[in-house]
Amino acid sequence: MQLALLVLIIFAGAIIPPLTIRAGRSICTAATAAVSLAALAILLSHAPAVYSGEVPRWRAEWVPQLGLSFSFFADGLGFFFAALILVIGVLIILYARFYLSREDPLGRFFAYLLLFQGSMVGIVLSDNILLLLVFWELTSLTSFLLIGYWSRQPESRHGARMALIVTGGGGLALIAGMLMLGQIAGSYELTEILQRGEQVKASPLYLPTLLLILGGAFTKSAQFPFHFWLPHAMAAPTPVSAYLHSATMVKAGVFLMARLWPVLAGTGEWFLIVSLTGLVTMVIAAWIAIFKDDLKQLLAFSTVSHLGFMTMLLGMGTRTAAVAAVFHILNHATFKAPLFMAAGIVDHEAGTRDIKRLGGLVTLMPITGTLALIAAASMAGVPFLNGFLSKEMMLEEAAHTTYAGVPWLFPVLATFGALLSAAYSARFVFHGFLGAAPHDYPHRPHDPPFGMWLPVAVLVVPVIAIGLLPAVFAGPVVARTASAVTGGELPDLHLAIWHGFTPALGMSLIALAGGLLFLAAYAPVNAYRLRWPRPEAKRIFEGGIGLLVLAARRVLDVTHTQSLPRYAGVIALAVIGLGAFGFFNGTHEAGVRESLPASPLALVVWLALLLVCITVVLRHHDRLLMLILTSVVGLVVSLAFLQFSAPDLALTQISVEVVTTILLLLALNLLPKETPRESGFGLRFSRGVVGGIGGIGAGALAYAVLTRGFETISQYHLDQSKPGGGGTNVVNVILVDFRGYDTFGEIIVLGIAGVTIFALLDNALRGAAARTLDAMLPTVEAKDAHPMMLLVATRVLLPLVFTAGIYILLRGHNLPGGGFIAGLIIAIAFIMQYIASGYAWAHARARFDAQVMIGGGLALAGLTGVAAWLFGRPFLTSTYGYVHLPVIGEFELASAMAFDLGVFFAVVGTVLVALATISRVEARAERAMLHAEQGEPQLAPSVARAQRGGPEA
Amino acid sequence: MSNWIIVPVVLPAFTACFLVAALRFQLRWQRAVSIVSTAMLFGVAIGLYVLAAAGEPRPYLLGNWPAPFGIVLVLDRLSALMVLLTSGLALLVVLYASAGWDEKGRHFHALFHFQLLGINGAFLTGDVFNLFVFFEVLLIASYGLMLHGGGPGRLKAGFQYVAINLVASTVFLFAVGLIYAVTGTLNMADLAVKVGQVQAGDVALLRTGALLLFGVFAVKAALVPLHWWLPMAYAAAPAPSAALFAVMTKVGAYSILRVYTLIFGAEAGPLADAAAPILLPAALVTLAVGTIGVLASRTLIELACYSVVTSMGTLLIAVGVFDALSISAALYYLLHSTLVAAVLFLLVDLVAERRGRFLGRLIPSPPFGHALLLGGLFFLTALAMVGLPPLSGFLGKLLILDATRDSPQSAAIWWAILGTSLLLTVGFARAGSVVFWKQGNGRIAGPRTGGTRVLPISVVLVLLALTAVLSIAAGPIMHEMNLTAEQLLDPARYVRAVLGGGRAFASAVEL
Amino acid sequence: MELLVASGIGMMTAVGIYLILLRRAFPVVIGLSFLSYAVNVFLFAMGRLAINRPPILVDGVTEYTDPLPQALVLTAIVISFGMTALIVVLSLRGFLETGTDSVDLGGVEPRPRSGRKRP
Repeated sequence: MQLALLVLIIFAGAIIPPLTIRAGRSICTAATAAVSLAALAILLSHAPAVYSGEVPRWRAEWVPQLGLSFSFFADGLGFFFAALILVIGVLIILYARFYLSREDPLGRFFAYLLLFQGSMVGIVLSDNILLLLVFWELTSLTSFLLIGYWSRQPESRHGARMALIVTGGGGLALIAGMLMLGQIAGSYELTEILQRGEQVKASPLYLPTLLLILGGAFTKSAQFPFHFWLPHAMAAPTPVSAYLHSATMVKAGVFLMARLWPVLAGTGEWFLIVSLTGLVTMVIAAWIAIFKDDLKQLLAFSTVSHLGFMTMLLGMGTRTAAVAAVFHILNHATFKAPLFMAAGIVDHEAGTRDIKRLGGLVTLMPITGTLALIAAASMAGVPFLNGFLSKEMMLEEAAHTTYAGVPWLFPVLATFGALLSAAYSARFVFHGFLGAAPHDYPHRPHDPPFGMWLPVAVLVVPVIAIGLLPAVFAGPVVARTASAVTGGELPDLHLAIWHGFTPALGMSLIALAGGLLFLAAYAPVNAYRLRWPRPEAKRIFEGGIGLLVLAARRVLDVTHTQSLPRYAGVIALAVIGLGAFGFFNGTHEAGVRESLPASPLALVVWLALLLVCITVVLRHHDRLLMLILTSVVGLVVSLAFLQFSAPDLALTQISVEVVTTILLLLALNLLPKETPRESGFGLRFSRGVVGGIGGIGAGALAYAVLTRGFETISQYHLDQSKPGGGGTNVVNVILVDFRGYDTFGEIIVLGIAGVTIFALLDNALRGAAARTLDAMLPTVEAKDAHPMMLLVATRVLLPLVFTAGIYILLRGHNLPGGGFIAGLIIAIAFIMQYIASGYAWAHARARFDAQVMIGGGLALAGLTGVAAWLFGRPFLTSTYGYVHLPVIGEFELASAMAFDLGVFFAVVGTVLVALATISRVEARAERAMLHAEQGEPQLAPSVARAQRGGPEA
Repeated sequence: MSNWIIVPVVLPAFTACFLVAALRFQLRWQRAVSIVSTAMLFGVAIGLYVLAAAGEPRPYLLGNWPAPFGIVLVLDRLSALMVLLTSGLALLVVLYASAGWDEKGRHFHALFHFQLLGINGAFLTGDVFNLFVFFEVLLIASYGLMLHGGGPGRLKAGFQYVAINLVASTVFLFAVGLIYAVTGTLNMADLAVKVGQVQAGDVALLRTGALLLFGVFAVKAALVPLHWWLPMAYAAAPAPSAALFAVMTKVGAYSILRVYTLIFGAEAGPLADAAAPILLPAALVTLAVGTIGVLASRTLIELACYSVVTSMGTLLIAVGVFDALSISAALYYLLHSTLVAAVLFLLVDLVAERRGRFLGRLIPSPPFGHALLLGGLFFLTALAMVGLPPLSGFLGKLLILDATRDSPQSAAIWWAILGTSLLLTVGFARAGSVVFWKQGNGRIAGPRTGGTRVLPISVVLVLLALTAVLSIAAGPIMHEMNLTAEQLLDPARYVRAVLGGGRAFASAVEL
Repeated sequence: MELLVASGIGMMTAVGIYLILLRRAFPVVIGLSFLSYAVNVFLFAMGRLAINRPPILVDGVTEYTDPLPQALVLTAIVISFGMTALIVVLSLRGFLETGTDSVDLGGVEPRPRSGRKRP
């Protein structure tokens, strides 16, 4: 429980700084530090247990289906790292309090810092590798926020993004690796996995798994060739650099390799990949470090180099090497963090970090200077300091390492690496802190306030202590940790300063001496180096991203042209393709149903259709003609329905046809009358091909179906129509009863159409649209809007049409007809009024609100359905009965009729809304045209052209 | 047979009718009614989910006609889940819209409820042709919502959106026609039975129908190369509409899940797994194309639109494997991606409204209101969208990777998902740092709008909180998803529930 | 007969597709209605063809054509009517707003996406 609590406290604590910052920076700092201290206390309370060999653990399920659980454990390794993270964390918090200026939002900084701390502790204490992944990615994200803290500075933004992308990307590789590892080991619980080392190494998936996991580790620990992000992360405030980029986050990769050491290490692949990567990184980074003038850059590359150092040791795969690695993790943390903080102090006090402008700082800031000197010496590997010891052990290991049959490779390069590290340490010391103080300091440097150098001092103490008495101060910790790494009993390690005249001693003496010589020869070497081209990682990286974006844009601009014809074409082809794929992947036999003889009339109609189709394709730019031909097709279709025993369909089709045509006419009255001939032959041809294929496909399918028999459920409808639905017109009974729910949906579609149309044209008389209207040319259609004959005729006809409509509505249940057709007929009657008498006249006399009709109609239909609930029946259950009326006699009354009435109103309402709104716009246009006729036609040219159907501007 | 099953359709219907007929001119009352009704709908949806979770699928025989002959609604775990998701999202969106969007045109709330009616209807129906009808309802409502507020860009994009969907509807009818022509039935359960026994000679026709139908669903689910409408329409749509549309793409995914497990699923004899060979590759391409779009985007809204495409790709990859594990992962991801897409659209709107003439363009602007807060929210949303912890995106992708690791295409799937995650990280990091970090000097011209409105931002917060819950409570949620997937992959239970029962009540009584 | 109907469906589909591939709103609208004609007849034909057997029950008559597709087609007709009405008005409004009825999004920037009231 406590372990989970430990992590939880830190995350929860992250909200404290933003809250306490109002109470002042010091209070805020204290509160933040308190959070870390609390966590540290909990951790240390486990120390006795851990060091007596137990492993405290806590577990709770998270996603059992996935094998992801909140399970934590603190063995030697986890404990060691957690302690490191928390102790240094507290010091950093103190340091940051003084480092950050008053303008910097301290609360947010501490919040980010705690979030990072929590994630980091999470990594090292996780007992579930998926949980570890979660924390792993969280460290990448929090470090993104911390590096980008000064978000106004471009280098902060770039550094943050680079770090996120590299480490986050590595994290993605790690996800794959961990999933595979879990798959091989049969569990995601670390404790389980650590037991199954042999099983994992034997698996065929071992190598890919290893590579993916190393992908995560190497990116995080900035191993070559992923080392480039770390120096750019130095754009972060120095406390961040000191904490994340020297002591903790960059060690996560090393930690992971140590954590999985028993599972993955010890194989040939492991040795060849890991140790070499480490060695190369160590040397290259050290080389670059020497020539960096920015203190932080120098330290950054030295960090990379030392991470290589640790990686190499872990890569060697021997227990003693693992011990050395652990020892150096400890030592590096103790001397590198202070160096960063010192660099920060210099920057803070002297106003520059440029080594060329520095010098004599020991005299100017004695305390800081001394501390820095000690730490730097340890980094260089000077005897009696802890850096020396671990470097000795490293050289000792290297001396006995034969790589791929080459005995000298490791000894020589390792020594060279040590030499270089001595050299940059020396440069740091001699060029920065010793020598004469220049007089052009931005402001005169002096020691910082106590709170700022205290953390440095605290960390320098162990540098000396361990350096002098390693066995006392580091022995137990290193032993316990190393045993956890190697997964065995405590190794028999002898941490001591003097091991006798070992090759290692010789190598480190060479390194120290060589380092000093190198520094002496610094100027010429540097001059020589500058003659060679040096790859600039940042430019390459940013350039790569830039290219990526550019390429993506190119692809998208070419494919996503927002051109409907193109999209429609692709979609048509895709659908045709799908159909073909389906058809040709199934067995097909021609049908045997005997076909009907073709009547001559049918043949004539067919020829008419053919003619129409051809004409439409050839003369589609003449819109009026196209409109007329379309209604002809509608006529043909309704004839077909009539011919093949579907009177209802014929009736519906024809009435719909009328309304649609009127609608289109009204629209066309305002739209351009011609479609400009745009495309060339090629385009027309390809259109034709696509259309042709589609047509052939549809026709062929239809023919295939028509020539075969089948059984259908509709016999039931025929049987039940009268007894169950109380109507003889089966189609209508299906519509209002068997499948009344479809009709319900259908009229809702109509209703929505009406509402939307209204919403669309509601404000058409304002803004751009109104201007277009005013700019309309007077057109032929507009002349003599309301011919007398039509006017009289329609007004006389109105009542007749009404009665006809009602009749059709009522008889619908038994004979062709029904609410929809009736609705259309009535609507048409009204439309005639609008057309004949004009919008104003008709609208003034329309004593009803079409939209209320829509709503009401739909509601009525719905209520008829709901009414069934009262009788304990499901929605839309119909009922009917016979009532005796005088005169008429027996008269059938079905609940379905009420439903049909709803349909009727919805239809009338919708059609009226549509036409009323359009003709309102028409009316406006007409007025505009009259103006135009009286002279002063003020045209928007584009519109005038569009009216004539000319080409676009 | 509980009448509650029809309520998710009837309630919005009456609400919408009432709004159109009675409250056309009182916006305040419209809002009140609309919000209350949506809340009630949410309540009902919860009840229905509990009902569905209780056990077997429940048929609802409309018009009280026995199963294959009338239309039947079916409430099972999946449909209940989708209705719940829809109504929950709707409640938040309608609150957001009531903060100002709804006054930019007529009939917003009516159309909103028509939209809900259509979506719920599509989720609940157990009849292929009725599915078509409700597709049309939800589409035409979406046209209205998408065009809400007007403006040239919106109108042109709207025309393309409508045209493309009308083509799709035509294809739908061709498909349904073919399926009826061979099987002679429209009821899904009945189809599940009859498709299995189709004669050898008819297989080609039926399979053609099956794949044409798949084409229609693919358009709805924005599967490449049928995705064109999405970036266009969503970019032009008003933010609340776009947020609600986040669930509409899921209608396509739902239909694929339903039809290609129940009717053309593993038990479909010669037509077994009709869609499988196409779905997975297409989904992979979709993911890739969406990612390219995200990298290429020049505005926040494009970023949002294309990340929706990527999420559909990821979702359909998981669906495309068609086994219990991957489908439950897919369902989890479906919940996640719907919420996150919605939050992204709303967030983009909030940012654009504060950046004056800079809108959502990915260019540095002067400092704008709430930059820090919105930046933080955007950061979290981006994490969820890209699939980084701690929000549900990470778990969603982890679940999918874990579920697909035994599939023959696992390598391709893993590469696609992890690779695109990296590229998405690049895209979102660029966008975020330009908009929220790289701020120039000077100040935004024009009135600082939305400065004081709390409601919209709190809606966004709630949505994000929900994704957090989704991630924390992933265990129990995945348990539910597993049960749902198992029920889905056992068509026999569905068929038994629908056809086994026969007529629930005695035939209609005389008056 | 079957051949005539099938080929008729084919013709209408072909013309419909041809027209929706054009660059202007009006032809696209017409093309869509051609497609809906085609699909309505197609759907109707799925019940197979029969002459003089309308599904209107008359005592003594036992042979009727399949009524179900007819009902479906009726629904389809109504729906496509609603859709056509909508898209016609939409194209009209689009033309009035932009002065062109081209269907390409030729660089028309979406309107400011903000909840702000219009002045």
